[in-house]
Amino acid sequence: MQTPAPFDYERATSVEGAVASLAEHGPEARLIAGGHSLLPMMKLRLATPDYLIDINDLELSYVEERMTEVRIGALTRHAELLKSEVLARRFPVFRDAEEVIADPVVRNRGTIGGSVCQADAAEDLSAVCAALKATIVIKGPSGDRTVGLDGFYTGPFTTAVGAGEMVTEIRLPIRQGAGSAHEKVERRAGDFAIAAVSAALWLQGGTITEAGVALAALGPTTIIATRAEELLKGKAPSEELFARAGELAAADCNPIPDGRGPVDYKRHLAGVLTTRALRRAAARALQQEVH
Amino acid sequence: MDVTITINGQEVSGDVEPRQLLVHFIRETAGLTGTHWGCDTSNCGACVVLMDGKPVKSCTTLAAMCIGHEIRTVESLETDAGLDPVQTGFHELHGLHCGFCTPGMLMTSRALLDENPNPTEQEIRTAISGQICRCTGYKNIVSAVRWAAEHEAATKQEA
Repeated sequence: MQTPAPFDYERATSVEGAVASLAEHGPEARLIAGGHSLLPMMKLRLATPDYLIDINDLELSYVEERMTEVRIGALTRHAELLKSEVLARRFPVFRDAEEVIADPVVRNRGTIGGSVCQADAAEDLSAVCAALKATIVIKGPSGDRTVGLDGFYTGPFTTAVGAGEMVTEIRLPIRQGAGSAHEKVERRAGDFAIAAVSAALWLQGGTITEAGVALAALGPTTIIATRAEELLKGKAPSEELFARAGELAAADCNPIPDGRGPVDYKRHLAGVLTTRALRRAAARALQQEVH
Repeated sequence: MDVTITINGQEVSGDVEPRQLLVHFIRETAGLTGTHWGCDTSNCGACVVLMDGKPVKSCTTLAAMCIGHEIRTVESLETDAGLDPVQTGFHELHGLHCGFCTPGMLMTSRALLDENPNPTEQEIRTAISGQICRCTGYKNIVSAVRWAAEHEAATKQEA
């Protein structure tokens, strides 16, 4: 039987209360939301917190469209992200990814905040948020601060969230002419990716004004393919351009050989999936421009 | 800690460790052994129960996290009026062989039909994709859920 090691449990009733409790109980206290990453790690003793603060009652489950950004509460579950009309319209990359994240029953519990904080390099939503240039809102004892996704992941399973802090919201900037897509290859339905790529393009007058390309399962952390992004900016979308961006992404990733495949295969996937994701992102952006 | 959870409409209380998983609370404290405990790793789905109407894997949920929530297990499907149409569908169309996955399959199917009374074959396959059946090859399970959907629609029309 797999059961976590003993711990004490508390149900938080406010964000402030959760943060205060984190400070009070020190480095071995952990927040639990869906628990679908933390509890399996606790069963395996890869995590042995001595105090769990359950944040499921906090009012942090929402997808709100504002003037310049979409705000997603950290407790929003995968199933809600998949159903969100706002996300489907603004950032279809979410639906692409959510359809292939775990299975529908797991998606009823797992949350976006948990996904980004787990900082598993093979996890899809982190790549989605990176491609969309997300900002993470982190609450601590002295108030809110925000961190760009490009500075959020500091290492494998490690983030910029400090002791006594919690992620409360993910913000996605809205700009005109957006198109986005997620491409994933996995061994079987619901598995973590062998390789996955999120791409976002923003077009104006037939020119790419901004680009996001992020890779999952292709390095020690979620990888932002900076050279591919820079290549795309200021150019008109084309097959040649997307193929070249794919080559850069393949060159700039850093996969390890494991049960999911050897390095050259994963690198090949990085290139092909980058090109495919960009192609779909561009098609979606162009359709949006017609409206 | 004292944990009280509403299971199948009845409050069940126990003095359990915070680390107790929902599946063990259901089986040991509530004594409802219809919910099966399988892989322990949120892969197989034998332990699926409904939490506020939505299927969840009870091996990856703490009992303490369910305080204040409504849990439904397979035992709640049969009422004085008889078996749930989903159960009858599994019976009629041989939606099981060994039966180990069946409690989870039944609960996920019940939740699916509550949300989508007329699911396509693909929607049924997606809904049960977090659950493993090593006997049927899934075909009969999908047929059983379709049977239940059609039977429920016909019953509603009569009423």
